[in-house]
Amino acid sequence: MAIELSTVRYRYAGASVLALQSIDLRLEPGQVVGVVGANEAGKSTLCLVASGFAPRVVGGRLEGSAQIDGVETTALRPHELAQRCGLLFQNAATQLSTTTASVFEEVSFGPCNLGLPVPEVVERAWWALRAVGIEELAARDPARLSGGEGQLVALASVLALRPRYLILDEPTSELDPAGTRLVADALVRVVAETGAGILIVEHKTDVLERIADRVVVLERGAVALAGEAAPTLADPRLAELGVEPPARVRLERGVRASGVPWSDRLAEAVR
Amino acid sequence: MRLRASSRSVAGAPSIEFEAVSFAYPDGTQALAGVSLRIEPGEVVAIVGQNGSGKSTLVRHLNGLLRPVSGRVLLDGADIRPVHVARLAARVGLAFQNPDRQLFAGRVSAEVEFGPCNLGIRGMELAERVRGALEDVGLAGMASANPYDLGYSRRKLLALASVLAMRTPVLVLDEPTTGQDARGVARVQDVVARAAAEGRTVIAVSHDMRFVAECCRRVVVMRAGRVALDGAPSAVFGEAAWPELRAAHLEPPLPAVAGARLGLGATATEAVFVAALNGPGGTRGRT
Repeated sequence: MAIELSTVRYRYAGASVLALQSIDLRLEPGQVVGVVGANEAGKSTLCLVASGFAPRVVGGRLEGSAQIDGVETTALRPHELAQRCGLLFQNAATQLSTTTASVFEEVSFGPCNLGLPVPEVVERAWWALRAVGIEELAARDPARLSGGEGQLVALASVLALRPRYLILDEPTSELDPAGTRLVADALVRVVAETGAGILIVEHKTDVLERIADRVVVLERGAVALAGEAAPTLADPRLAELGVEPPARVRLERGVRASGVPWSDRLAEAVR
Repeated sequence: MRLRASSRSVAGAPSIEFEAVSFAYPDGTQALAGVSLRIEPGEVVAIVGQNGSGKSTLVRHLNGLLRPVSGRVLLDGADIRPVHVARLAARVGLAFQNPDRQLFAGRVSAEVEFGPCNLGIRGMELAERVRGALEDVGLAGMASANPYDLGYSRRKLLALASVLAMRTPVLVLDEPTTGQDARGVARVQDVVARAAAEGRTVIAVSHDMRFVAECCRRVVVMRAGRVALDGAPSAVFGEAAWPELRAAHLEPPLPAVAGARLGLGATATEAVFVAALNGPGGTRGRT
């Protein structure tokens, strides 16, 4: 079982250039794979293709093979895709249904549409709200949330579907540092509790350093670097690829460049 | 970075004053609970705080998008309550957190023209402003693209350009670095530095503590609709302020934490940390 992309090329409808060229990627249940890269490197497109949203929903032309658990995504209907793979858009505000009166209903919306019995819908909604620490928002109007609150509600709505795979496009971009930590911890817990596999696009490489097993660096629609998280995030080529290394890596580099040797004491201080 | 202050004349920035400003949304959410704050002309101020702490609500009071339930907002000592939004727009430019709530035109150039056009700018001056603003955010050459063919990060830069083109003496940026890669963040930092060099007031709402520490000279921490901390980055990110900072759901940047652990004092940025390490109190030669 896995999401598996093999030599995937993808072009948006009407676009003259390929958004993805020759991508190979594997995401297994229980695994967290981080995706980084410069603006317009193809990160969001990768999310759409890995979840089957492209080309099934947004059109465009896919070459190569994109499979979820051995089935080509092009052969699955949208509701079948949704049951296997949860997708969180980069702009969370566009994800909210705008048809619900409360955050609780918003988070229940997905599981309801899966036709689950009401007690399970309720149980899942509370579980998802708790997972991202927003139980106190349950009665609020989804249209009247701050940017960060809206992002947490959108994430909870995806979690409530309990998909085997979660594709998250910058889930912490509008969150405060504590909210970012909360989401990172929640994702680790979701993987432990549900065995989900997570593909996460994230500019905050500090987050990936903490939660990712592997990191893939994209450049112009292709994989430029890939490997275990820690060494990939410390790779000196990262900056050239438009990616900010984690704060710890930057600080160590700055210290060494100034001529001060990197000691255990310094390593301890940045832990 | 080259600062082109001379070629960009901007009228003098006004002083800004919030006087015990309170605001509640129609659903009863109390977003601001008596904020008093004075910002001098030309200051570069970061507004930070927990999600939902009232940051965006506060800055939307600056150009009249929201009006206080009680209290006053003053520009150069004058209450802005009777001033129409269109007049305020000439003085205070606001780049939204979510670009899709701001962008509407079918062409990048039309999007950037809209603001200055409404201020009565025409012809060569208008063309020059559009060109300059797009260049500043790194979107030169994309003038004829459709905004919705751009990725999120570029739409966000476009929203910034459309505000820059108005050349308002006050620039308010709501989460300008979100969704940006390393180069995009550097562009935003350049925009802020250039605006500051031109004598404009810059107010940036941000969760990016590195951006805040490196770019802003003053940091205002919001908590539950009130001002919890207000000072220079070295003070706000200094060890003494950490309990208050954490209560506001914030974390000091790593150089500040590492500096405190090593007894180097207030090292809010990497540059200050490295300098302190190399200074008399540093560990150079002792490790």
